[in-house]
Amino acid sequence: MAEVALRATGVVKEYPSRRGPPVRALRGVSVCLPEARTLGVVGESGCGKSTLARVLVGLEQPTSGRIELMGHAAGGHAGPALARRIQLVFQDPFSSLNPRLTVSSTLTEVLAVHNLVTGRAQRRQRVDELLAMVALGPRFLDRYPHELSGGQAQRVAIARALAVEPRLLVLDEPTSALDVSVRAEVMNLLARLQDQLALSYVFISHDLAMVRHISDTISVMYLGKIVEAGPYEAVLGAPLHPYTRALAEAVPLPDPEVEAGRRKASTGEAGALGAEPPGGCPYHTRCPLAEEICRAQVPELVELRPGHEAACHIAARETGTQQTGTQQTGTQQTGTQ
Amino acid sequence: MSQAALGTSPPEAVGEPLLALRGVGIGLKRRRRSSEIVRGVDLEVFPGEKLGIVGESGSGKTLTVLSVLRLLPDPPVRLLRGQITFAGRDLGALDDKALARVRGAEIAMVYQDPMTSLNPLLRVRTQIAETLRAHGVPREAARARCREVLAQVGLQGPERVERAFPHELSGGMLQRVMIAMALAVSPRLLIADEPTTALDVTIQQQILELVEDIQSRTGMAVVWVTHDLGVVARIVDQVVVMYAGRVVEKGPTRPLFARPNHPYTQALLGSLPHRGTRHRQPLTQIGGSPPDPAHLGRGCPFRSRCAYAFDRCAEEEPPLIDRGAGAAACWKAPSEWGK
Repeated sequence: MAEVALRATGVVKEYPSRRGPPVRALRGVSVCLPEARTLGVVGESGCGKSTLARVLVGLEQPTSGRIELMGHAAGGHAGPALARRIQLVFQDPFSSLNPRLTVSSTLTEVLAVHNLVTGRAQRRQRVDELLAMVALGPRFLDRYPHELSGGQAQRVAIARALAVEPRLLVLDEPTSALDVSVRAEVMNLLARLQDQLALSYVFISHDLAMVRHISDTISVMYLGKIVEAGPYEAVLGAPLHPYTRALAEAVPLPDPEVEAGRRKASTGEAGALGAEPPGGCPYHTRCPLAEEICRAQVPELVELRPGHEAACHIAARETGTQQTGTQQTGTQQTGTQ
Repeated sequence: MSQAALGTSPPEAVGEPLLALRGVGIGLKRRRRSSEIVRGVDLEVFPGEKLGIVGESGSGKTLTVLSVLRLLPDPPVRLLRGQITFAGRDLGALDDKALARVRGAEIAMVYQDPMTSLNPLLRVRTQIAETLRAHGVPREAARARCREVLAQVGLQGPERVERAFPHELSGGMLQRVMIAMALAVSPRLLIADEPTTALDVTIQQQILELVEDIQSRTGMAVVWVTHDLGVVARIVDQVVVMYAGRVVEKGPTRPLFARPNHPYTQALLGSLPHRGTRHRQPLTQIGGSPPDPAHLGRGCPFRSRCAYAFDRCAEEEPPLIDRGAGAAACWKAPSEWGK
């Protein structure tokens, strides 16, 4: 068994609200990521996936719960040495790179701030190395972000993240802002870097095809909770949770033959960001399979097949697993509709 | 409202396109330099047809559809040449008043971001009624029609939705309102410019189903502009692929996906993970990035990224060449690509 790069246990993130109870963006999320592996996180907007990214890298402090990086508790007293081990790559490279810094200054600045390399020549050499890692030549050193294409800019953003020698990258929609024709280039680069540097990735995206392509395991989030998790083939190939099925079926595939054979199966709409889920199973208002029990009891995330977990009463019954659902009926009875 | 109230349209011969663009060129004027960023675009949409225009950002797909209703942001962008006909009428020959009657009534548009296309200060019903009133529908009838179209687009509780302000509705609901507004006057053609790009896949699916449903009931034609090849595969009959301001390939959906005739289409399809792509197997990359359509030299605009380019590609720009099931702007037929 490989070492665990990242372990989050019961992470809750609440934001105070001016009126009423706090908005709960994360409602007890647990993930475990072995070294040199990729965890894919999927879900609709407002499900908390970007909040999870920010909490994991320490940009936000969780309200409760525990995050461990490389076996050490993160946050508070961990110090910058540990915080450096995890870096975030954002969706839009043009808004995450400083438009007034050249590629060379962008990378040198990181090295200087973290006191990583001393001496001009050494820094210069390290910057060259970083650019080479993301397959950009020295001719890019003096360019400004506006002189780069989307794919090149995203590679600079990745090089900047790599400058501090992280063990983990949290990639929040890293290809979504890019042109279709350059997505493959960034995906191939990420896969190669992972192999070379034994990096671990948390890959957050709504592009299910890309998530499936790169991830070893996938977690599906719905209204601040993980509702299904397991190996990528199992979660997207044989989903247990009706929400995962709906999500997978909603993605149009670039294949008219497949699309022609598709049945219509749209589901309703999730509530607004951080909306209080209804009592019982948070998905029951949209679920085509919902029964009495789904309105009454919150299903727990339990292992229904080896390594494959889902929080669904129906799936639990069908796989013959005991659901350890609690009698507690959600947090509040304020439905979204 | 009847079609006759909206101006007289001559009866169409069977097989006549509803909308036709011929040699459309759109120019950008920067300081004293002007450049043609969309060139030689020919396309037709037949009654009841679903046409998809696919392209990456900057390929000119949005400008092309904006030019139809004279909605180009002029200055700096304007229609330089070409003819646009709708139901046998030359849209370019219409004065502003006549064109205003075509807008909305016969050709409606839905844009990518519903949040910025609706007036945040007006209730939904005021905005829909305004559209109807502009086309001469009396107040009482407009109010009734408003509720009717809101119900038609699957919005639950239309009485509640019509009283709402845009900020009180979710993205998916707003896009439904936009579609309801577009449909209010029963257009014969709906132009949808990336209407689902800002939405979640589950909401996108609902919108796609909604438009298909309305289309099958009313026989309205649809032009769907998108960068998402999956959306194209799901809903359109005919595809137009744009690259650097040019139409590089067009044809019926299935053969185009199965046997693309342009190397760009082939590369684009090949770069996506699909059935048969092994886990983590390197995806086929398209080297380089799209050129700036304002600064194209001679030759084929795709040649610098093309695996099959040869001498002629640098010298002469290929026209659309008929390839049986479709047409492509490439000197080589697919069977000659490897050679």
